Amino acid sequence: MTSTLKGITLKGSAEMVAEFFSFGINSILYQRGIYPPETFSRVTHYDMSLQLTTDPKLKNYLTNVVTQLKEWLFECTVQKLVLVITCLETNEVLERWQFDIECDKSAKESSAPREKSIKTIQDEIRSVIRQITATVTFLPLLETPCAFDLLVYTDKDLVVPDKWEESGPQIIDQSEEVRLRSFTTSIHKVNSMVAYKKTDSA
Amino acid sequence: MAQFGFENDIHSILKLDMPITNAPMMARWQRKGSSSNAAAGLSSLSPGKSVNVSQSSSKTPSKTPGKNKKTPSKMGGDRFIPIRNSKQMDVANFLLTKENEPVDANATNSSETQKFWSVSLNGYNIHDAKILHLGGQPLNAPEGYQNNLKVLYSQVTTPVSLKKTRYISLTAEKILDAPDIRNDFYLNLLDWSSRNLLAVALHNSVYLWDATQGDVTMLMKMEQEEDYICSLSWTKEGSYLAVGTSDCKVQLWDVENQKRLRSMASHTARVSSLSWNDHVLSSGSRSGLIHHHDVRVADHHIFTLSGHSQEVCGLKWSPDGRYLASGGNDNLVNLWPRVSEGNSSEPLHRWSEHQGGVKALAWCPWQSNILASGGGTSDRHIRIWNINSGSCISSLDTQSQISSLVFAPNYKELVSAHGYSHNNVVIWKYPSLTKVAELNGHENRVLNMILSPDCSTAATAAGDETIRLWKSFELDPIKKKTSERKPKSTSSVIHQSIR
Repeated sequence: MTSTLKGITLKGSAEMVAEFFSFGINSILYQRGIYPPETFSRVTHYDMSLQLTTDPKLKNYLTNVVTQLKEWLFECTVQKLVLVITCLETNEVLERWQFDIECDKSAKESSAPREKSIKTIQDEIRSVIRQITATVTFLPLLETPCAFDLLVYTDKDLVVPDKWEESGPQIIDQSEEVRLRSFTTSIHKVNSMVAYKKTDSA
Repeated sequence: MAQFGFENDIHSILKLDMPITNAPMMARWQRKGSSSNAAAGLSSLSPGKSVNVSQSSSKTPSKTPGKNKKTPSKMGGDRFIPIRNSKQMDVANFLLTKENEPVDANATNSSETQKFWSVSLNGYNIHDAKILHLGGQPLNAPEGYQNNLKVLYSQVTTPVSLKKTRYISLTAEKILDAPDIRNDFYLNLLDWSSRNLLAVALHNSVYLWDATQGDVTMLMKMEQEEDYICSLSWTKEGSYLAVGTSDCKVQLWDVENQKRLRSMASHTARVSSLSWNDHVLSSGSRSGLIHHHDVRVADHHIFTLSGHSQEVCGLKWSPDGRYLASGGNDNLVNLWPRVSEGNSSEPLHRWSEHQGGVKALAWCPWQSNILASGGGTSDRHIRIWNINSGSCISSLDTQSQISSLVFAPNYKELVSAHGYSHNNVVIWKYPSLTKVAELNGHENRVLNMILSPDCSTAATAAGDETIRLWKSFELDPIKKKTSERKPKSTSSVIHQSIR
């Protein structure tokens, strides 16, 4: 994938969206303090500095998910990706980062590249990640140790791959929701949203 | 439109009722019949019975089923920008078409409604999608890890130093040359009088720099070339300067007349520290002894304090004159009572916490029971003492030799001057001891630091043969006015008593 390319193909789009999820999930885990900040290292991507985990287990897990996700993005069978943050003790859902993915199912591998420059897409992605960083200012503090899970909403007829399990939606009751920016590669459109548990004081 | 038609009808009725002259005569029954026809038409158009009402009897409009729960009520201050994705359009279409259909009891069980409820409750259609997650052990943060943002959030009050932001000049306002200044850590070669004269000892002579005019005058020079000045101290009123020398003497100079008043010999080694308390001048020597001199009487040596085994390089009377603090190269800080209060030569407190020579001593001007002391190269700590209880309130490792400490009352700060290895001046917020600013510029160790009489400027003398003036503590012009209004006592104790 070189930036000199003018258009974008289904494969490129799937790769780009998957890459966004990889950076986005890392950003959320860092910004929300789910993992200790010293286990992250700084990298520069999308012309901004981002934090990537160095924890081997977490890294392995994220690679597995993102690789699988890329496949589904390519097949246009994925509808949503949800990052759920739960309290470790009570298993209560505290935060829910939802990324709705709208796939243009008419796009095929062989079809001609869409007219959208990679730079424009990266600009859009950058502003989404910036917003994720900015949410720290209004999201309530996660006071207890937390765990996270990644849920992928797929088409019904999809064959469940090895090691993957079906799960519930893990909705927060009494939540506040904030929509974030969206971006599109013209094949995949990603709408971001964060829902968090309403605090008593609010 | 309906009422216009109604009006037209009435008109036509009225017309029909009128006798039409040109028309052929109508029979009475004919006329009656036509009028009743018109009446019938009128009744059908009467506004009381509209089409709507007739239909309402057949079916009540269905309530919009389940207002979309996903609509955010609060947007965290941001605008709400609705996103029309295709799914919501389906729901809207479903609702619109459903409304005009008769609702029967069985409809709630229909798959369409179920789909709708599923979408609005779960955010997805249970028949459309599968939710998958990667199985196996959940990934948890390491044991005992606590969200470090907690520190950021749980702070109720922000540190004082951050609240009051002010401009701090980080560069020296003036740099004066100080050729031949003795690069000796144990000497006290700088003092600033209340009359705004800065006295500096350069090897064997004392120079006065008038900070208001900028003039330099030489006050004195030692007679012997090999002798040198070890310490300087102005009286409170700024009219007399005490000079400690390497030939074990303490000289007293009348600055106005540039005349030596006295030369007091009592020490057996160089006099490296001096401090005034009204008419009593205390001097510390390399021998470790502190002598009190009553400068009014011929037999000036009135008392000796022996609490140090090595050179006394720090000596400061408290502002109220009740306590004398002394620091020595033997790493001790001693606190002595005023002579009249206890004629014992035992110190009230003896602190041995410092690991290096203590030259830096400062009394807090706004809290009379607070003393700050700073240790040398092997210690590098600032320690704050409560002199009443004798306890160390706080200590801070500055990572650098401390040659001088000064409390700056304008912003309630503590200023430290450093030698090896940073060679700078650091402003600390008191009492939190959080760093406010660093003043860099000296190329060699800072030997002495003194605050100007208006407390706005710190002067530092360093081994790089310069004296730098840092105007970093200036008050707001408004605040300054109120402090200037305060009356100043100008009576001189010594002036009355010395002759």
